[in-house]
Amino acid sequence: MDPTFSFTSFLSVLTAFTMAPLFMGVILKVKAFFSGKQGPPWLIKYYTLIKLLKKGSVYSTSTTFVFKLGPIISFVTAIMLLLFFPFAGLKPVLSFHGDVVMLFYLLSLGRFFTVLAALDTASPFEGMGAAREVFFSALAEATVFVILALFFRLSGSLSFAEYFTGSHAVNLWSESAALIFLVLIALFIVLLTENSRVPVDDPATHLELTMIHEVMILDHSGPDLALIEMGAFCKMLFYSSFISCLLFPFHTGNPFVNVIVFFIIMTLIYAGIGLVESITARYKMDMVPNFILTSFALVFFATILTMEFVQ
Amino acid sequence: MDKLLQIQNGQAVSRSDIPDLNFHDFRKTLLNETRNNGFIVQFFAYENEQDILKLVTVIRSGHKLYVTGCSLAEEYPSLTPECEKFHMFEREIAEQFGVRPKDHPWLKMVRYHENYRGKEDIFGNDYSVDIPGNYPYFAVEGDSIHEVAVGPVHAGIIEPGHFRFQCAGEEVLNLEIQLGYQHRGAEKLLEQKGQPLNRLPIIAESIAGDTAIGHGLCHSQAIEALAGLEVAEGSKIIRSVALELERIANHIGDLGALSGDVAFTPPLNYFGRIRGEFLNLSLTMAGNRFGKGLVRPGGVSFPVLAEHRKIICDKIADETPGIANVCDLLFSAHTVLARFEHTGTVPLNIADRLGLVGYSGRASGLSYDARVAYPTEAYAMVEANTNARTTGDVCSRATVRREEIMHSLRTITELLARDIDAEAIPVPSSHSLVPDSFVVTINEAWRGEVSHCLLTDRDGTILRYKIKDPSFHNWTGLAMSLRNQGISDFPLCNKSFNLSYCGFDL
Repeated sequence: MDPTFSFTSFLSVLTAFTMAPLFMGVILKVKAFFSGKQGPPWLIKYYTLIKLLKKGSVYSTSTTFVFKLGPIISFVTAIMLLLFFPFAGLKPVLSFHGDVVMLFYLLSLGRFFTVLAALDTASPFEGMGAAREVFFSALAEATVFVILALFFRLSGSLSFAEYFTGSHAVNLWSESAALIFLVLIALFIVLLTENSRVPVDDPATHLELTMIHEVMILDHSGPDLALIEMGAFCKMLFYSSFISCLLFPFHTGNPFVNVIVFFIIMTLIYAGIGLVESITARYKMDMVPNFILTSFALVFFATILTMEFVQ
Repeated sequence: MDKLLQIQNGQAVSRSDIPDLNFHDFRKTLLNETRNNGFIVQFFAYENEQDILKLVTVIRSGHKLYVTGCSLAEEYPSLTPECEKFHMFEREIAEQFGVRPKDHPWLKMVRYHENYRGKEDIFGNDYSVDIPGNYPYFAVEGDSIHEVAVGPVHAGIIEPGHFRFQCAGEEVLNLEIQLGYQHRGAEKLLEQKGQPLNRLPIIAESIAGDTAIGHGLCHSQAIEALAGLEVAEGSKIIRSVALELERIANHIGDLGALSGDVAFTPPLNYFGRIRGEFLNLSLTMAGNRFGKGLVRPGGVSFPVLAEHRKIICDKIADETPGIANVCDLLFSAHTVLARFEHTGTVPLNIADRLGLVGYSGRASGLSYDARVAYPTEAYAMVEANTNARTTGDVCSRATVRREEIMHSLRTITELLARDIDAEAIPVPSSHSLVPDSFVVTINEAWRGEVSHCLLTDRDGTILRYKIKDPSFHNWTGLAMSLRNQGISDFPLCNKSFNLSYCGFDL
C-alpha cells in the first residue's frame, strides 16, 4: 500500500464520520417539509449524541457482559466499514483483494452482537425484534452478494475500492449502465432494509410491537445508546456512499470537485430517503420479505444478463 | 303485568313501575329479546332500601327502549353461555356485589376492587395486594407458542392497561386485555350521600377526559329528568354543537394517529394541527379545550352568543376543505390502504353477538346510532349519517370516522344557522329529585353509546348511579379483531378502536 495518501484517506474517513449525523438531519428536514413543519434543527443528531454521552447507562440485573458488548462491537464494526470506503474517489485507508467479503461480514458481525445483546435481556419484545431483523437481513444479504458477484464480473476485481476506481470502474456512466440502473434500485431497497427505514421499519415509532431494529435496543441507554446510534449513522453513510459511487465516477481529477460533488450526491440520496418516507406507509410485516426479494430478483436478472455479454 | 316496560330516553319513571319478575322469567325474557335483535344498554344490580339485591336491565330493540328487573339471589344461572352480550356485565355484577353467575365461561375480575357488600370475594383476591392480584390469564401451550406481555405501562403517552398475546411466530392466537388500573370508584363518588348536586357534573365530566361532553350530557339529562328542569332551545343546540365538536376533534386526532402508526407522517401532522383548531373552538364556547364546565343540568353555563357562533362557523368554513384534502391524501395512498384493508376485521356476526356500539359497530354493519334511535337535545332536526364501507376492518373504522367528521361539520353549520342565543343558566341552587324514580339517558358520544342510569330512593337522594361507557362493550371487539392477525398490526387495530381505559375502569 502506498503510504503517501494515508493522510488524505484518514481525513476523508474522519470527515465522513463527523458528517454522518448531519446527513440524518437532511432526512428529518425533508420529512418535516412534507408535513408542513419546520422540523428539528439540522444539528439535532449531534445534540442527541452529546445528550446521550453525558448520561449514565442503566443495566438490567438479568443481563450479562454480552449486553454491554453489543453496542461496542456494532460501533467498532461500523467504523471499520468506513476504513474500506473510497470516499469521493479517494483511496481508502485499507484495501486488499477480497475485502468485499470481509466488509459485509463485518456488518453481519455487528448485527450478530446486537442480536445477542437483545436476546440477553430476555424480553419477549426484543426476541421478536431480533427474529425479524435476522430474517430480513438474511434476505438482504442474498441481494448484496449477487451484487458483489456482478461487480466482479464487470470490473474483474474483488476489492471494494477497485470496483469504482479500477480501469473497468462500475458506475452509471459505463457501458453496463442498464445493469447498474437495476443495481441502484436494488441497493436502495437494501439500504432501506439494513438501516431500518420506512417502508420496512419505522425509526420514529414508539410502538414496540411493530418495531424491528429499534426494539432490539430498547434496553440500551446513555453512552451505549450513543454508540449504537453512531454505528447506525455510519452504516447509513456506507450504503449511501456506495450508491453515490455508482451514480458518479469521481474521475474528474480535481479532488475538490470530487468532494463537492460527493456531498451534493449524498445530500440528494438522503433527501431521497426522506422523500420515500414521506410518501409511503410501512408495509405489513409479511409483505417485507417480498419487498426485499424484489431487490434480489433485480440484481439476479442483471447478473444473468452479464453472462450473455461477457461470453 | 307486562314483562318489559317501554320507556323513553331521558324520561323518569317510577321505580314501582319497573316489572319485578322472578329470575326464571327475567332470564327467559332477556334471552328472547337478545335473540330477536335486542341489545343491552344497562345491566346492573343495586341494593334497595331493604338491602334486597335487585337486578335492572335496559334493553334496546329497534328504536325502542325497555326496562325490566328482578330480585337477585347469591347465585344465578349465567346468561353469558347463551348470549355473549352479557359477558362483561355479569362479571361486573359479580365484582361489585359478590354474586356468582353460575357457569359463566370467563368469570374474571373487571376492575379489581372489593365488593360493595363485604361478601366473600368471588375471585379469591386479597385487595391489599397490588393489581392484578391472582388474575388467571388465558394460556396457550406448545413448543412454538410464545407469550408477549405489554403494559400496563406503555411507551406512548396513553393510559394503563395490560395486554397478553399468545402468539405462534408473528401470528396472534389470542389476545387478553386486562384493565382496572384506573379504577377511581366514579359510581360510588356520584352516589355519596349529602354532597351538593352541583358537584356531580364535575365528576361526570371526568369519567373519561376525552368524552367530557358525552358523559356530561348523560348526567345533566338524567338530573333534568329527575328534577323536572326544562332546557331552552338555544341551550340544546349549543350542547349538540359541543358534542359534535368533541366528536370532530377526537376523530381527526385518531385519523392522524392511524396514519402515524403506519409511518405515513404528513396526515399525522396536518391532523394534529387541525385537531387543535377544534379543541380551541370548545375553548371559545366553554373556556376549556375539552368542553368541561359547559353542560350543566338545566342548560349551558356560558352564554354562547352570535359572535361565538360566528367564530365557530367561520373556522369550520375555513378548515373543511383542508380536512377533505388531508383525508383524500390519507385514503388515496395505496401503501396506507394496503395496511388498513383486511386488517383487524370484526365481521358483522361477531360484532352483533358482542353488541359493539359506535363507529366500531357501524364499521361492521351495525347501523345503530343513538342520535337517530333516541334523539336528545337538537338531534331530532339533524339528518342521519350513512356509512359506505362496512367490512369491519381498520379501513372501515377509519372511513366511518371520516364520514362522521364530514357529517358533524355539516351538522354544526346547520344547527348554528338557527337564530337562537343560548343564555347561561344561573348557578343551580340545589334542586330536589323526584323520589322513588328511575331514569336512563343515552347519548351518542364520539366513541358510541354512553348511558347513565339513576335510581332515587324515597327521600329523593341517589340510590344507585350506573355509568356505562361504550368502551365497556367494545374492548372485547378489539380482542376479537386480533385473532389470527400479525402481532405487529396490534397498535393499528388498537388505534382504530381507540377505546377508553378510564371510561371502562370508572
